Amino acid sequence: MRDLLRFIACGSVDDGKSTLIGHILYDSKLLYADQERALELESRVGSRGGKIDYSLLLDGLTEEREQGITIDVAYRYFTTDARSFIVADTPGHEEYTRNMAVGASNADLAVILTDAAKGVVAQTKRHARICSVMGIRHFIFAVNKMDLVHYEEGPFRMIEADIRELAKELGLQEMTIIPVSATEGDNVTRLSANMSWYKGVTLLSCLENVEITEQEKETGFYMPVQRVSRPDHRFRGFQGQIESGEIRIGDEITALPGREKAHIRKILVGDQERTAAYTGQAVTLQLDREIDVSRGSVLERDSSLHVSASVTATLVWMDDRAMERGGSYFVKLGTSLLPGVITRILYKIDVNTGRKLETDTICKNEIGVCMLSFTDQIAVDRFRDHRSLGELILIDRVTFMTSACGVVEQYGGEERPDEIRISEKTRSAAMGQRAVTILFDETEGITRFLLWEVERQLILEGRYAYFIDAPEQAKDRSFIRTVRHLNRAGIIVLVLRGNRAEKKQASETWDNVEVPHAIRYDGEGKDRDGIVSFVKKASSFEYDLSEGALYI
Amino acid sequence: MSGNLSHLDVLEAEAIYIMREVAAECEKPVMLYSIGKDSSVMLHLALKAFYPEKPPFPFLHIDTTWKFRDMIRFRDETAKRYGIEILVHTNEEGVRQGINPFDHGSSYTDIMKTQALKEALTKGGYTAAFGGGRRDEEKSRAKERIFSFRNSAQGWNPKNQRPEMWKLYNTKLHSGESIRVFPLSNWTEKDIWQYIKKENIPIVPLYFAAERPCVERDGQLIMVDDDRMRLRPGEHVMMKKLRFRTLGCYPLTGGFESGAETIEEVISETLSAVESERTTRVIDSDSGAGSMERRKKEGYF
Repeated sequence: MRDLLRFIACGSVDDGKSTLIGHILYDSKLLYADQERALELESRVGSRGGKIDYSLLLDGLTEEREQGITIDVAYRYFTTDARSFIVADTPGHEEYTRNMAVGASNADLAVILTDAAKGVVAQTKRHARICSVMGIRHFIFAVNKMDLVHYEEGPFRMIEADIRELAKELGLQEMTIIPVSATEGDNVTRLSANMSWYKGVTLLSCLENVEITEQEKETGFYMPVQRVSRPDHRFRGFQGQIESGEIRIGDEITALPGREKAHIRKILVGDQERTAAYTGQAVTLQLDREIDVSRGSVLERDSSLHVSASVTATLVWMDDRAMERGGSYFVKLGTSLLPGVITRILYKIDVNTGRKLETDTICKNEIGVCMLSFTDQIAVDRFRDHRSLGELILIDRVTFMTSACGVVEQYGGEERPDEIRISEKTRSAAMGQRAVTILFDETEGITRFLLWEVERQLILEGRYAYFIDAPEQAKDRSFIRTVRHLNRAGIIVLVLRGNRAEKKQASETWDNVEVPHAIRYDGEGKDRDGIVSFVKKASSFEYDLSEGALYI
Repeated sequence: MSGNLSHLDVLEAEAIYIMREVAAECEKPVMLYSIGKDSSVMLHLALKAFYPEKPPFPFLHIDTTWKFRDMIRFRDETAKRYGIEILVHTNEEGVRQGINPFDHGSSYTDIMKTQALKEALTKGGYTAAFGGGRRDEEKSRAKERIFSFRNSAQGWNPKNQRPEMWKLYNTKLHSGESIRVFPLSNWTEKDIWQYIKKENIPIVPLYFAAERPCVERDGQLIMVDDDRMRLRPGEHVMMKKLRFRTLGCYPLTGGFESGAETIEEVISETLSAVESERTTRVIDSDSGAGSMERRKKEGYF
């Protein structure tokens, strides 16, 4: 009985991933004759001057062939005498990192390519890091394009040292480093005569022989419930896939999150009645009594799973819209789908150095560690202890885009959604005004004495306003920060720009600074009541900031 | 521990998981049923996935009116055997206009298959449609997600597919959008045959070799299934022992000479095959590389 190895090929753009996979398929006589003919035909018009361009086997989208790059992950299936393989060929461009992560999420092993002439680059590190985050345990680093460095040992050893350093930093457990040439085929499926100094195995032989049985078996039995089957009033069965362990008729199970207990009465594997079932099987379980179980519940036995409404997770951000603290998403974890909030961003990780960086936002293709709170208690665990209850995705509540994927580092945590600091918007709503900044110019005959009167009148009319002189120093950043703070606190800020020589310079500075909701006063009246009514209008929620108002 | 699952067991469990997710999360699913071997496997998996319930969705066959007679017979027997509902939809407008595979070439496929399918899915208001597509069939399929999104015009945007992580499928839809779901994505043709054998799944007899009337056309053997078949000058009907690797509309489906009468013989022939299965489909090579991708963007399954 052959087993199945799912692996991913990744690395920076142009490091030869598609070519490498194409070459394995070609060399192993794993192509059908018509595919081979099509390949030879398409290669004629390609960039390899009539020599076979193996990457054409993988790049299936028209745009990919036109641009000569891989945009989305492609899957290929092949079988050798040793085992069956599913390989995911992934894009190297940073822009398509999320498609690479898709491939990584389902792989047991990663083949990471580096260009022998370029060495370990940022994208190599990013991919290795993502693979490691996604729980891949086995790594093959293929140092490709050895033909371009004349098959010399020196350049290889230098890159090898860099790879070992990276592996150490990422804590990769198992790793093989192989010098190859994907276009020429050296050390791909046959050992290369060009590199007699290399004493290891070929890439294919490594793939065929790597031992992938889980070294660390997960504790206990658990099955997330996908659906409740109720064909008639006599039968109520819970359908799902056993994620780990074994279950027998008569065993006592606990249903999470409610922690009610019952015994197994009947086990169906597909449509067959069995006395036991084990890891990986799709089953229907019938219990001996009615307990509270629905989709999203988890049936478990001796698994020490946890029930929690919050987690700390490492996230790979995949959405064009950056993640911020307070962001609200749908979370899918196991078979649960529920709202959740980012309660804290702990840090993001510099893909190059691995350093932890303090941050307010996590942008597309960045990796960050955050705290998440759910609206309900669910069964959950650390990814390293029970993978299937430690994997999650975040779904944007408006676009329904899959915004991020992540793994649970820790369950529980002190923060709950209602304890997050209130937002600017909420503050604003409570104060009944929109916190805008309004700019006045001394050149237009407006004086600070007039604005003091305006300020007093606004307060008397129930608005919160604050007058502040623009600084003389044009590039005074701390002033901008102060204005922002006042706005965030919900206060309308009246700024008077001076009549002095640096006025021109000052406005240049303002042009380059992002102050949200800043409006230049362009009202007709130069008297108190005219200005007051303008400010009231501009700070009302109905006022359209984008129309008629000048942003600075 | 009772040992590891075989590679077919893994694929079966994965497909069942996917079907159950759709049944649990999607509002109105339907399973496309094309009567072919992949559809037979899909139906078999659906029966297993929901047992003792019947699959909680209907099955839909797009009938171009040019399918092999054996296929239609098999379809009707299947519905009866399992007590399931198989809806049949035909593009009546196309029939009225007399659209046929002889005169209308690739626009025939578009009108009688693609348009008919879009019409049926829109009319039924289905939010999710299961298809039997496999990634090993064709290069653009190899790029498609298991849950593949379609806009309100049923089009596919290959450049902006949702990331699909682990088995956490995102089934959220805006109104008008729908999902095509491919539970057999990770199966190969060999897996299909081995599974059919292992599970003893009934399939249309056309997959097995028998003496059949046919003509040789453009290097392929086209079966003369009824008297609507138009012969070209110089063509004559002959009897040959042939079988089919894929099934579609009989005038567009090439058979090949074979002695394989049993599933074992079919498997051993498939294992040593030198041509991929879609070579016998006339429509794939119509406009060169990228033609399947183009048709999929337009709504072809």
